[in-house]
Amino acid sequence: MTAPLFRHPEFRQGMRDMASAAAGTAAWGLMTGVAMVKSGMSLFEAVLMGVIVFAGSSQLAAVPLILGGAPMWVILATAACVNLRFVVFSAHLRPYLMHQPLWRRLASGYFTADLSYVMFTNRHPHPVPPADTEGLRAQEAYLAGNCALTWLSWVVPSLLGIALANAIPLSWGLGFAGILALLGVMCSLASSRLRVVSAGVAGAAAVAAFALPLKLNILVAIAAAVAVCLMLEKPAAPPAPLPTTKGAA
Amino acid sequence: MTDAWTVLTIVGLALVTVITRSFFFMSSKPWTLPPWAQRGLHYAPIAALAAVIIPEIVMTQGQLIDTWRDARLFAALAGVAWFVWRRGVLGTIIAGMAVYLPLHIGLGW
Repeated sequence: MTAPLFRHPEFRQGMRDMASAAAGTAAWGLMTGVAMVKSGMSLFEAVLMGVIVFAGSSQLAAVPLILGGAPMWVILATAACVNLRFVVFSAHLRPYLMHQPLWRRLASGYFTADLSYVMFTNRHPHPVPPADTEGLRAQEAYLAGNCALTWLSWVVPSLLGIALANAIPLSWGLGFAGILALLGVMCSLASSRLRVVSAGVAGAAAVAAFALPLKLNILVAIAAAVAVCLMLEKPAAPPAPLPTTKGAA
Repeated sequence: MTDAWTVLTIVGLALVTVITRSFFFMSSKPWTLPPWAQRGLHYAPIAALAAVIIPEIVMTQGQLIDTWRDARLFAALAGVAWFVWRRGVLGTIIAGMAVYLPLHIGLGW
């Protein structure tokens, strides 16, 4: 019998890393709660959405559509498009999670929002081999701690925002703290020249492609940044000896 | 005012969160990404953050801003300056908001 995940030292490490950004997540959650109520959702709907959807940008995209009476498939397809960056993240996370049973993988996916993905892959740049149970345990504990704090710092302020919607004007722009949190985490990732290039290309591409609907500019920006960085990388060692020599390139 | 249709839609949105975030690890069929894609994904986290952040700082209503009198620019500069000086995400948030709120609420930038 292994000790519960939250006793693992990496669980606390995950929480500590997220703690520095939690104020930004909380401010953004608060303002999302305010925005849901101000746009006219009922209390029950806003609370339900604030507790179970757990995806700020898709919530903000869906609320006007729900209130406008759009067909359900349009609303769900819109949310899926706004969430497409998570599909990219899931390809990255796959080797870290495949040893788990399906329900655990789905739970891991559900709780891993942008910052948890970023912090997890930064803390653990490489998946450990499936035989290393201690290593797997440490990775799981880190992700769980990180996501647990994210969930709390998103859902509790969302509910607070719903309760205090009429006392907090959207015009103050408190939600900008969420952008500043992402900015700080982005700075902490900028540890190599190619990563800085990646951020620069992605930022420029996201602005240039902003006119695309459904936040598809984010997906275009990630693709452009990854492509540019792969081209600029030093060529990796050839994977296998080539059958014929074609002369020096 | 709450109807079953809206509740169902919200539950559907939660399922969309699960499906998009778990997309490539729902199936347990063995496959791996080609090595170039695995390397490429190492550049994805910072790219995703930049793609979300930069438009939120330099654009309004889908247009690139054409004035320097925008609280977000100075707040972002202050945040980055703090990070370079002291590291720490919380400090970045506080330094940024300390510049943002007076400019935004006080001067209307």
